[in-house]
Amino acid sequence: MSSERIVGIDLGTTNSLVAHMEGETPVVIPGEDGANLVPSVVALDENNQIIVGNAARKYLIETPERSVYSIKRLMGRGIEDIQEELKLFPFRLAEDLQPGEVLRIKLGDKTYTPPEISAFILRQLERNAGRYFGTTVTKAVITVPAYFNDAQRQATKDAGRIAGLDVLRLVNEPTAASLAYGLDKKKAGTVAVYDLGGGTFDISILKLRNGIFEVIATNGDTHLGGDDIDNLLITIALDDIRGDMGLDFRRNGEVVQAIRKAVIEAKIQLSDRAKTNIIVDLPGGKGYERELLREQFEQLIQPIIDRTVGPCRQAMKDAGLKPEQIDEVVLVGGSTRIPKVRSLVKDMFQRDPHIDLNPDEVVALGAAVQANILAGGSISTENMLLLDVTPLSLGIEVAGGVTDKIILRNSTIPASATQHYTTQVDGQKNVAIHVLQGERELASDCRSLARFDLKGIPPMAAGIPRIEVKFLIDANGILHVSAREQRSGKEAEIVVQPSYGLTDEQVESMILDSFDYAEEDFRKRQVIEARNEAGTILAALEKGRQNPAWQQLTSDERKKIDKLEKALRSVQGDEDYRSIRKGIDALNQATMHLAELMMDTAVVSVLKGKTMDDTDIGEGPAAPHPVARADFE
Amino acid sequence: MASAESKSSLILPGEATSACWSCGTMRAQHFCSACGKVQPPVPVDYFTFFGLPRKLNINLSGLEREFYELSRKLHPDVYAKAGKQEQQWSLEQSSLLNDAYRTLKDPIKRTQYLLRLEGVELEEQSKSATEKARVKGDLKKQVVPPALLEEVFELNMQLEELKANKKLGEDDPGLVKELQNHKSQLENKQATLFDELKGYWTEWDKLGDAAPNEDRIAVRDKMVDLLNRRNYIRNLVRDVNDALES
Repeated sequence: MSSERIVGIDLGTTNSLVAHMEGETPVVIPGEDGANLVPSVVALDENNQIIVGNAARKYLIETPERSVYSIKRLMGRGIEDIQEELKLFPFRLAEDLQPGEVLRIKLGDKTYTPPEISAFILRQLERNAGRYFGTTVTKAVITVPAYFNDAQRQATKDAGRIAGLDVLRLVNEPTAASLAYGLDKKKAGTVAVYDLGGGTFDISILKLRNGIFEVIATNGDTHLGGDDIDNLLITIALDDIRGDMGLDFRRNGEVVQAIRKAVIEAKIQLSDRAKTNIIVDLPGGKGYERELLREQFEQLIQPIIDRTVGPCRQAMKDAGLKPEQIDEVVLVGGSTRIPKVRSLVKDMFQRDPHIDLNPDEVVALGAAVQANILAGGSISTENMLLLDVTPLSLGIEVAGGVTDKIILRNSTIPASATQHYTTQVDGQKNVAIHVLQGERELASDCRSLARFDLKGIPPMAAGIPRIEVKFLIDANGILHVSAREQRSGKEAEIVVQPSYGLTDEQVESMILDSFDYAEEDFRKRQVIEARNEAGTILAALEKGRQNPAWQQLTSDERKKIDKLEKALRSVQGDEDYRSIRKGIDALNQATMHLAELMMDTAVVSVLKGKTMDDTDIGEGPAAPHPVARADFE
Repeated sequence: MASAESKSSLILPGEATSACWSCGTMRAQHFCSACGKVQPPVPVDYFTFFGLPRKLNINLSGLEREFYELSRKLHPDVYAKAGKQEQQWSLEQSSLLNDAYRTLKDPIKRTQYLLRLEGVELEEQSKSATEKARVKGDLKKQVVPPALLEEVFELNMQLEELKANKKLGEDDPGLVKELQNHKSQLENKQATLFDELKGYWTEWDKLGDAAPNEDRIAVRDKMVDLLNRRNYIRNLVRDVNDALES
């Protein structure tokens, strides 16, 4: 459908981008200011309006208590996970935060969860794309670090929903980059993607063959990136100032942000120059100045960039490959502009890495390629298919607090595993299951994803029930669980308590909240609601086609339904909710008879033992004739 | 439309072929050969999923080709614009495809899987033993294969010695060297075992379904025994690696 635009979004720690396929080429969509990069900075201005991107940057220095950056570091995390972050970043948490609750960040006197703050960034990108196309955008592919766990992925998906986006796929950033690289050179070979961004590091090793991009192994660190280099330089500057001038600015948000700005500039300059000066104006007319040589800088950052070596080695080991067996190395992420990082990669893989594409943009370009594939493809993406893997093993806690791994890391997704459980006490009705993610032996060392309570097990003697639980990781890397008691055939009810993350209700209410921001969004909300409704009726119709009742319709009735279904599908992606509503109403009308017949089939099958003639099915138009055979062609 | 329970009477689980839910033509296993649409998954074993006989010698490049071909037809990306039900089937079918490919492409996993189909519960045995040992708080007791007794004894002595040295902060390059030698011997043994296993694969593949049950059980048990020995050696190698790396 041409009306259905799917954009690719790189929701980065430092910068975010939106891209789409223009003809056969992915291009980044610039903002109103003409810039491709939207800084991932969110601020609340004097009038309590949300400001995003370049415009928000000045607030970081002027009103740091009303602004936030690097929010990606907090996605899908709990308060106990972020103690390190709190030391290094000026995140202001809500005071009334309870343990286990989703984090809330203060901007002025308002609080927002990380997915809500990310949603503000996404909405800015949507606006940029909307302005560019002259029509609203509602469907997107969003990239995530390959090493993101389930909770972090879920949080990203929630952010998309809050922003009013239908997130068709989460794609791993290094894999997306490989799509952008692989577009014009469809060759076979083994490629390593080294992705060092603002806050995350990923390494992925892929096999390319006939348009299939198969990830063989991935590894990384979701808390390693340019931010860490900045924080190191900030600490040094603060220590200098304290030592030389006896002034302690560690708790002064404005000064820290001014220093941050200066060290980032210095870091960038040192990629091209042998030396630079860090210059910061301090309150009271004083100033801080320090010369920094590239050699010094390289020595300082060595311990940070060395942390990328372990994950690279592990990924190669998991892939069963030696460096010389890797044909190409691709660099992604702004931090790979640092010459020392490039030389480290060169040494490790024993070859010169590729830097043909802008490392800041390549992930977004790849996301646009994936969006194009999902939309049905075009000449350049024809035959392209991405087969990604789960970065972390999925496990279950067993006796003794030990992790029993059931889906190993680097398994191609979608992937599934089936486990069997039973009861330990007579008449036991519930079984608790603790789902974990990670590589460690002890459950307490792994990431707790969720606790599941299997409920409604029919009362039986201990050990008799046989509950089959199916774990399925979907193509987004997100876990789904279903359960069935096999002796009774009953679907067991699963109550999920995600260890971190928002409940569906919370997300729904945030979606509604977010619409209060702008009036223009009201229309968009109606579009989304109409689309959802269209989806529901189309799904119901698909089910209905398998019902015997379908055969009882006249061929005219069926033809009419087919026609109206096609019509609804063709307007489902439209921006005008009225045309979608019209389609829904028409199809609803046409399927009324089918619905009635289906109801009857259901009733009749309940009344088994009775013959059709004995059954009082009533009279009149509301009670059709289940025994009357429709004319078969 | 009212939500009535639909009984999918058109598609009976377990049927190898059936009519496509969408166009009504007879379909192949995973997707309709006429209109190409994904079909609801049918519970089959991994060999059947790939249309392969239950044999252990497999043409790996053929398997990979088939995996890619099926991926192109079943992957959720292909159904991004389809209805919810088709998306669900595609998700289930492609996870089954990936699970099957992962199992069959790996020689050991493939053997274990076939043995499981033949009624041997390899993993469960070792899992419950591990769990028991953990609850009791002691190490899992494994029966040392007799042929390895002497070697294991010597190896354990060396590992203990290495641990003691490390505690005292002493270095013994000679001991490390010996352990490394031991390790490479064990790895050689693993390779030999693998060759032996391949011999059993061929024996098994020749038997076929019509072979007398005793013959099948005999080959089956030889493979079980070999996998146990192999596991034991693999654990030893891991212990040596751990000791050397720590």
